Amino acid sequence: MSSFDEVYFLFMDTNECIVSLQIDLTSHIVRVLCTLKVENLGPDVASEILLTFPNSQAMKLANLKTLYNEGKGKGSSAFNLLVSEVHPEGAPQEITFFSVSLRDRLEKGKSLILTVLAIFTHTLQPFPDEITQGDIQLVLYQDSAYFLSPYVVKSQTLNIMLPGGRVESYTKHPNGRIVDSAIKYGPFENLPPFSYSPIAVHYENNSPFVVAQELVREIEVSHWGSIQVTEQYNLVHKGATNKGGFSRLDYQARAYMGGKSSLRRLTARLPPRAHSVYYRDDIGNISTSHLWGDSRKTQLEIEPRFPMFGGWRTSFTIGYGLPLEDFLFVLEGRRFLNITLGSPVDEVVIDDLIVKVILPEGSKDISVSVPFPTKQWQETKYLHLDLVGRPVVVLEKTNVVPEHNIYFQVYYSFNNLSLLREPLMLILGFLFLFIACIVHVHADLSISKSSASYIAKLQWDEVQATVQRVQNIINKCLSIHEKLETSLQDLYRTGDVQSCKVARKTADGLLKELSKELKPLTIFLQSSPQAAQIWPKVDELVAKEKEMQEKLMQKHSAIVDCFEKKHSGRDIESRVAPYQQKLIALKQEIDDLLDFIDEI
Amino acid sequence: MGAKTGSSPSVAPLISSSDAASPLSYLKALKLKTKQQELLIRVSVLALVYILAFAIRLFSVLRYESMIHEFDPYFNYRTTLFLTDKGFYEFWNWFDSESWYPLGRIIGGTLYPGLMVTAALIYWALRFLRFVVHIREVCVLTAPFFASNTTIVAYFFGKEIWDSGAGLVAAVLIAICPGYISRSVAGSYDNEGVAIFALLLTFYLFVKAVNTGSLAWALASAFGYFYMVSAWGGYVFIINLVPLYVLVLLVNGRYSMRLYIAYNCMYVLGMLLAMQIRFVGFQHVQSGEHMASMGVFFLLQVFYFLDWVKYMLNDPNLFHFFLRITLTCAISVGALALGVGMATGYISPWTGRFYSLLDPTYAKDHIPIIASVSEHQPTAWSSFMFDFHILLFLFPAGLYFCFKRLSDATIFIVMYGLTSMYFAGVMVRLILVAAPAMCLISSIAISATLKNLTRLIRAKDKALQMGSSRGTTSLKSSAKASSVDQSLPYQKNAAIALLFGAFYLLSRYAIHCTWVTSEAYSSPSIVLAARGAHGGRVIFDDYREAYFWLRKNTPLDAKIMSWWDYGYQITAMGNRTVIVDNNTWNNTHIATVGRAMSSYEDEAYEIMRSLDVDYVLVVFGGVTGYSSDDINKFLWMVRIGGGVFPVIKEPDYLVNGEYRVDKGAAPKMLNCLMYKLSYYRFGEVTTEYGKPPGYDRARGVEIGNKHVKLEHLEESFTTSNWIIRIYKVKPPKNRCDSEDRMKTLAVVTTGSPPLGLRGQKKAVNCNL
Repeated sequence: MSSFDEVYFLFMDTNECIVSLQIDLTSHIVRVLCTLKVENLGPDVASEILLTFPNSQAMKLANLKTLYNEGKGKGSSAFNLLVSEVHPEGAPQEITFFSVSLRDRLEKGKSLILTVLAIFTHTLQPFPDEITQGDIQLVLYQDSAYFLSPYVVKSQTLNIMLPGGRVESYTKHPNGRIVDSAIKYGPFENLPPFSYSPIAVHYENNSPFVVAQELVREIEVSHWGSIQVTEQYNLVHKGATNKGGFSRLDYQARAYMGGKSSLRRLTARLPPRAHSVYYRDDIGNISTSHLWGDSRKTQLEIEPRFPMFGGWRTSFTIGYGLPLEDFLFVLEGRRFLNITLGSPVDEVVIDDLIVKVILPEGSKDISVSVPFPTKQWQETKYLHLDLVGRPVVVLEKTNVVPEHNIYFQVYYSFNNLSLLREPLMLILGFLFLFIACIVHVHADLSISKSSASYIAKLQWDEVQATVQRVQNIINKCLSIHEKLETSLQDLYRTGDVQSCKVARKTADGLLKELSKELKPLTIFLQSSPQAAQIWPKVDELVAKEKEMQEKLMQKHSAIVDCFEKKHSGRDIESRVAPYQQKLIALKQEIDDLLDFIDEI
Repeated sequence: MGAKTGSSPSVAPLISSSDAASPLSYLKALKLKTKQQELLIRVSVLALVYILAFAIRLFSVLRYESMIHEFDPYFNYRTTLFLTDKGFYEFWNWFDSESWYPLGRIIGGTLYPGLMVTAALIYWALRFLRFVVHIREVCVLTAPFFASNTTIVAYFFGKEIWDSGAGLVAAVLIAICPGYISRSVAGSYDNEGVAIFALLLTFYLFVKAVNTGSLAWALASAFGYFYMVSAWGGYVFIINLVPLYVLVLLVNGRYSMRLYIAYNCMYVLGMLLAMQIRFVGFQHVQSGEHMASMGVFFLLQVFYFLDWVKYMLNDPNLFHFFLRITLTCAISVGALALGVGMATGYISPWTGRFYSLLDPTYAKDHIPIIASVSEHQPTAWSSFMFDFHILLFLFPAGLYFCFKRLSDATIFIVMYGLTSMYFAGVMVRLILVAAPAMCLISSIAISATLKNLTRLIRAKDKALQMGSSRGTTSLKSSAKASSVDQSLPYQKNAAIALLFGAFYLLSRYAIHCTWVTSEAYSSPSIVLAARGAHGGRVIFDDYREAYFWLRKNTPLDAKIMSWWDYGYQITAMGNRTVIVDNNTWNNTHIATVGRAMSSYEDEAYEIMRSLDVDYVLVVFGGVTGYSSDDINKFLWMVRIGGGVFPVIKEPDYLVNGEYRVDKGAAPKMLNCLMYKLSYYRFGEVTTEYGKPPGYDRARGVEIGNKHVKLEHLEESFTTSNWIIRIYKVKPPKNRCDSEDRMKTLAVVTTGSPPLGLRGQKKAVNCNL
């Protein structure tokens, strides 16, 4: 220590501080809160203050935040000060320096109060490192009783907060004592710079040491109205390793042996209005989860498939949708996404956090604003119906604690018309499909136009069309027949012979025309070899129809005749009866024939 | 008309298909209905059936989740994953060291790749069209998708053998037939899912080829056969049924050029294509199961030759003489070739599986490993009723209609129906094969009956239309119907009543099918669901809990020993090496595991050490009352183990022929490894109120050995409902205390005779 004296004489001389240190050891994340009162004794104006940590601690430093409180009492406001790692000339290798840039320069003789929050991960060491299911988890914490500082420390207190329970041992110190579940050291007066006095606390800490070795968060922005967040966790319990197996009986039935340090459940605090939440892993859905929601937050309580003991691992994925309007805003023609960076799960240390923001296809000039340094790069990802792929902004940060769970922004510009691209593609796709179907039905795709089967098919088509026309004509004839019948019925009702005659005349004309039309068709059918099968039937049909026409006409004229001669009803019936019977038979026959032809 | 088309299809093959539709349905269409309208209705019905077949199979996804079901599908899923990850060549050459440790398994050469390749192709196609789906979703929905396709094939098949009406009915019936649904719900990613489609497609194309005599259809059926061979071992059914059918046609004197073309093309090309599947290889020319098809192939050549000679000779006497000589020669040469082939071992004899199909009792006596599978049991009547419902009654009716109008096509469907019914009776799982035949034949019955009834009703209507209730007797074509009309009073009413009856039956069928699907066939069997005390749904997700624990918390190269049922699941979900799995190709290996499970702990330890086992997994239902656990399967382990290692004797585990786990159980039973692992510390658990601790809810007894001590194993993990228990095999003790171990061993050996002797002694005791 003495060797540094010369080099850091300057620091010693210039500043002096009063320190109160508070170390929170209740969970597996170590939070050191120190309140510094710094006074400038030197001749110059100080614009920055140095903070120091031993390298072993600095490596595990997850977050370092310095707050400057301006004013006092109610009107006070806190400012975040800029902290950066520095390497002063000739500084010892074992110590890492951080420089805090002050907002206002510190004049000679003035003092100010800073609050420094340093968060360390992976500092608590389980000891023993293997325990059975019934054992409690004991951990060892090592630090210095003195505040390591390049300045003279006028007075310092140290307060170590423990979760309660057993304290196996702690370094005895003249000023050290246990008060409730805390260990108090100090006050120490007038410590020279770089004073160091190692202490160790060996105590019971049953909080599960949940570490996500890797967390991949995918935030997919869809301008159709939602943001999909997918988080893939790779968890490990970094506490004392379980040995001697796991007994479900002890775990379930005997609470005192139930693996106190095991992880039973995790709570994730999702943003309000989160919807379509799911919780699954590589092999399927995990059914042990609960979801509550109110206007301020959505709380998801998840249980891993199995309780996590020391050294055990698991992995899972949670996903949820968020309403777009809560997170996406427009600023000067550009859009920006404002969303939290870290994991929503409580008290999880993340070794490696990768956040992927998937922007809609067609987003341009992308920029990111994150409040702390991260590794950044861009990728392209293909999702549903993408042609050029969606731009993906990737942020990577190691050693992340819940305190990193703050908002960051992604700015990009996006044309609203691009929204219509995918629906249009779908519409076009179906359009082409239908067009292809239509073309296929109507186009002639046969290879050889002269082959026998092809010609036969053509002829057959023609025959079918002709038969169809014949059928139509016959049907027309039949409807005319019906008209005649109705005219007869009118005759019965009204006795109007004249109109009935007119009806017969017109019907006669129409039938003649139809039979004219029929002629070329029958000639064609007769001559066509393909129609050999149906020709007899068609021929029969036409003949029957003709016969029916004749009979009907005869019947018609007979009845009209009778009416003219004023015969009695019975007389009419007796004269008409043979026609009637014949007509019914013919009608039946024609129907059968039509049906038969229809079947072909 | 009906008589004409029925009797002379061979004369006018080209028009018979179009003509076949006419006789029964020529009164069908109303006058107003044009062709287009009928087509529209038909297409929309088919489209609805297509959707229905898909939708009804989604119960499991709605009830549970989109997941793979049961056992074998997990293997298929795993291989599909591999295929999509690494590509076809890697897949084809895949040597899997994760199963059958330490032997391994050549996956590419021992599986039917059709299913995986199909799923992978669908996956790649969707990816190409930029639909980003997970391969799991594709796998889950493959079976419903192919079930939908099957309905279309069933329609065309029905149309081919009867008419389009029967085709439509067949499509509807098969869409919801429980016998088929049982193997094709969403998530049931098994070979059968695509194989039934392939089977029906092959049959349809073959019948079409026989009906038309077209080379193109025969070629298509060869490709259908190839797809079937690539998908499922059930192709043996095709390769035996088709020759049998050809033989029947020959015997009936229905030999024709159409048949000759169809069979030769289908057989030769199909055989060559099938040889491309590595698992099948040269079996078509070397295995006894395929010899029938080859025999019929040669027989057809002889027929053709004889036909030619008959044509050339033009002399009946000479021909008869020649016929006699040729037949004798052909048969003797065939028999000789077969005999030589069998004697030299070139042609392998029938396998046990094949025997067990022909003779239901064979497996029970000779192959316990086949008999131990519940789906290989002979079918109970109740399950016929359950799976077929009204089809069971319609089947004989359909057969009647088929015989009434015999043609090449109906002969085929009759043979398919009868043979598959027999096999369905032999094995439960083969109900699946019978399902399409049942549906087709029943559809003929329904369609024909409905058509007759509607014709009766409509004939009357027409007569009424004409405004006269008196007869139409003078007509020729409908003379018969009309005379029946006259002779039966209330005929129209009866027909309407019968129509309503048919409608009622069909609606019952639909209700039954939906109920069966939702209640019985939509459970993934990985996740168990039960009703809780308050009526809520309780889910037991223990299987996945255990498998995921294995996946995450055991060394990557850990070897897991379990009964073979769980092998596929452990490799797929747990991603760990297993000793045996559901591909039961090595009986000895399985018997070794069975022996370890049924031995005392220290003997089992030696076996497990020799197999490098790190963890042992057992399934135990004593806490939840889950009855298909390892204790209930244990006798099969004993039987299979005893089949190879005579040290294990079934009577040792029984008391007076009774299988018990309570105080009265056999001493060997109470101390064998399986018992110990299942009931370790179970004696301290109170499972049911008012029952003593250690009350086994699955078997309803208090267990006999409540103080199980484990020496070489330690409990590693037990799932939350105790359904799966995993034990770690401890490493051997250090050399320094080997002396102690020797001592304890000595005590053990003097206390009771070693390995083999002990079993024998117990057996003697039992006999006394």
